[in-house]
Amino acid sequence: MSEFKVNVLEENNVIILETDGYLNNVGGEMISSVCMEHISNGKNKILLNLANTKVVNSIGVSILIEIIEKLQETDGKLGYYNLAPIVDKTFKIMGLTKYSTVFADKEDALTNF
Amino acid sequence: MGKPKIELKLPILPDMELVAINTAEVVAKHMDLSDDKAAEISMALIEACINAFEHSRAENNIFIHFILEDDSLVIKVIDQGIGFDKSNVEIPKIENKVGTDERKRGWGLQLIQELMDTVEFESTKEGTTVTMTKKKES
Repeated sequence: MSEFKVNVLEENNVIILETDGYLNNVGGEMISSVCMEHISNGKNKILLNLANTKVVNSIGVSILIEIIEKLQETDGKLGYYNLAPIVDKTFKIMGLTKYSTVFADKEDALTNF
Repeated sequence: MGKPKIELKLPILPDMELVAINTAEVVAKHMDLSDDKAAEISMALIEACINAFEHSRAENNIFIHFILEDDSLVIKVIDQGIGFDKSNVEIPKIENKVGTDERKRGWGLQLIQELMDTVEFESTKEGTTVTMTKKKES
C-alpha cells in the first residue's frame, strides 16, 4: 500500500493527477513535485482524482496546502473529486475546502472548475 | 471474564500505522460499527501513531491496546518518549498557514479530537498515553 503512484492527464487545459495509494509524506511530495512542474510550465488549474487514495494522513494533506499557496501566486486553483467520505471529512476539518474545491466526479469538476 | 483486549507492539518504522489500522478495521467489523465510524477510528489512529512515532522521540516501540467495551471501543496509544504538554499545542487554523511562513503541519491532535467521541492525554517525562473512545451509538 505504501507505494504511491501518480498518473497525469490533461483535459480542457486542466491538469488531472490520478493518485493511487496512501497519501503520506511520500505521496504528498510526489503530488507536489508533479504540480510544481506543471505550475512552472504555466498551468494553473489542477485536479486530483483521489478514487484510489482512501487512506491519508495529515502530513500528506498538509503538503496540499503548499500547492494551494503556489497556485494562489498565479490565480490558479486546486480541486479534487472521487473522495472517500473520511478524506472529505479530513479536508473539511483541516479547512482545505476554504481554499480549494471538492467536486463529486470528473464531469462535475471539468464543468464547474 | 475481563473485557476483550487486543495488544499491538509496533516498531518505529515507516508506515507501521497501517498495521494498526488493519487491526482497527477487523475490530470495528467485529463490533458491528458503521463504515463511517470505522474510517474515523482509522484516521484518528493513524494520527495518534504518527504523533507517537514522530514527536515522542521514543527509541523502541509504541504500544496500542484495543479494549472492546459493551457500548464502545477504547484505544490506547502508548509511547515511552519524553512526553509533551498539551497546553503548549496551539489549535491549528488554515487561515494562519496559507500564504504565511507558519509550518503547514501540526493537525494531528485536532483531527483526533474531531473524529473520536472522547480523547484523554496522560503525559509524563517517561511517556504518553492517548486514550480515544468511539461509542457504538452516538
